[in-house]
Amino acid sequence: MGKTITEKILANHSGNSEVKPGQLINAKIDLCLGNDITAPISIDQYEKAGAKRVFDKSRIALVMDHFTPNKDIKSAEQCAQVRRFAREQGIDHFYDVGCMGIEHALLPELGLVLPGDLIIGADSHTCTYGALGAFSTGVGSTDLAAAMISGEAWFKVPEQMRFIYNGKRKKWVGGKDLILFTIGKIGVDGALYRTMNLEGPVIRSLPMDDRLTMCNMVIEAGAKNGVIQADEITQEYEKNRSNREYKVYKSDTDAMYIATFEWDVSELEPQVAFPHLPSNTKPVSEAKDVKIDQAFIGSCTNGRLSDLVLAAQILKGKKIANFVRCIVIPATQEVYRQAMHQGLIDIFLDAGCAVSTPTCGPCLGGHMGILAEGERCIATSNRNFVGRMGHVKSEVYLSNAAVAAASAITGVITHPEEVLS
Amino acid sequence: MIFKGRAFKYGDNVNTDEIIPARHLTSSDPKWLASHCMEDLDAGFIGEKKPGDIIVAQKNFGCGSSREHAPIAIKAAGISCVIADTFARIFYRNAINIGLPIIECPGASSDIEKGDELEVDISKGTIRNIRTGKLFEFQPLPSFAQKIISSGGLMKYVMKKQDE
Repeated sequence: MGKTITEKILANHSGNSEVKPGQLINAKIDLCLGNDITAPISIDQYEKAGAKRVFDKSRIALVMDHFTPNKDIKSAEQCAQVRRFAREQGIDHFYDVGCMGIEHALLPELGLVLPGDLIIGADSHTCTYGALGAFSTGVGSTDLAAAMISGEAWFKVPEQMRFIYNGKRKKWVGGKDLILFTIGKIGVDGALYRTMNLEGPVIRSLPMDDRLTMCNMVIEAGAKNGVIQADEITQEYEKNRSNREYKVYKSDTDAMYIATFEWDVSELEPQVAFPHLPSNTKPVSEAKDVKIDQAFIGSCTNGRLSDLVLAAQILKGKKIANFVRCIVIPATQEVYRQAMHQGLIDIFLDAGCAVSTPTCGPCLGGHMGILAEGERCIATSNRNFVGRMGHVKSEVYLSNAAVAAASAITGVITHPEEVLS
Repeated sequence: MIFKGRAFKYGDNVNTDEIIPARHLTSSDPKWLASHCMEDLDAGFIGEKKPGDIIVAQKNFGCGSSREHAPIAIKAAGISCVIADTFARIFYRNAINIGLPIIECPGASSDIEKGDELEVDISKGTIRNIRTGKLFEFQPLPSFAQKIISSGGLMKYVMKKQDE
């Protein structure tokens, strides 16, 4: 019986010749990740257990990205705790303010996660790296603590689902729209505990930033992981990022899937997820007259360079609407620098946007763009739950960067073409 | 092990932002987290809950972020166990790892209303609703997860393995 990429990676890392869905395995991890919210609990657990040394200081990444640069004393204490731990343990990949980026943009950018790797992270969007052909999934702080000691984690081998995207993408339709459309079709638990294998001609021609966006949001359908087969686009992306050798896995043609979805997305419009679930999606043309108070362009979902390029195309020579705020947050220092060199930052500033140093900040209602009662935000991030970005009576609409930028100009949710024509 | 308590009833897709909003994640102190548990979903929860009470929800309980603060908040709030039709996977894992009993029992939620007295027998795998007299059976946790719980949580389990 054939196997999928996920099944092969899990078998390879657990010393099994093959694994089956439902099987419980203990697997070696190539990298584990924590941030300034989740790592403090891991460190407490680690120290309480009496552990002295991490299993491998080169296979742990600690990224201070959520409440940084620190928003208050308590969040500063959390970073101080992680900083102390990183220093004591000699953690190689500790990223603090000044060199950090949002973890799921940073790790691929630095070449720390590669095709064929097995990665866990104490952050639900760790599933992002499946875009590189890796097995990558979110866990909790205790799992991270255990992994820092043992270099291993337990998994139940997930059932496999297959999503095939045919046709040709319209202009302004990217990875964000494809994944919002998918979550809209299957629901926020449509892939619960399972793997989403993303395939087809549309995926094969999809740029890496868009692939990362898609795999980033598979958790919003409940999935354990998402996977895209590594190919020439992946090889091109990995060139000059890492000297570490990597292994490209391919799903067998006779692999077993519990469900297969196949769509022609040629007519797909940019998508908007209405409050309060990522599955509550509509084409942007059906979102007319939704007035916004804020637009947020950034996050681990859509804060990469190509997202900022899209937003700048829309915002160039335009002004943000009166009484609307537009906040642009490059996801990493490198994205920030590139945006500056390419003149994007000037475009944003001229339009009246606020541009910030990298942070997860507003996406989770942490800081840097919290919403008041009754306010609405169009955001390029990944969740629009009740109170996600602030007041329990505020609302979040999810979209791609071009739609968010166009909406910032008009003050209502808007198709990008409308502001360009 | 038997739990007796009153039910707090919730719907589908209760997410971790509702269980413990991110604005309170500047601390992982269980007491602090418990004092804000469920506040964006059910502002009355904190005032009404009593030790041993039980949370009952429909499908996909605990979806959203990986924050372990969510099961910690529920456990520290004195909730004895959570019953749902299904759980989101990271929440499920985290609950096992920190020792919050969770019960996947599709169907039980449709019989249970807020305030119902419930009797949950973890070892037998039964939930009894005292008000309706209905009895629901559930599959006990997989043996692997039970081993983690009987070791006193994942950390003790891992340290024991390291010593071997």
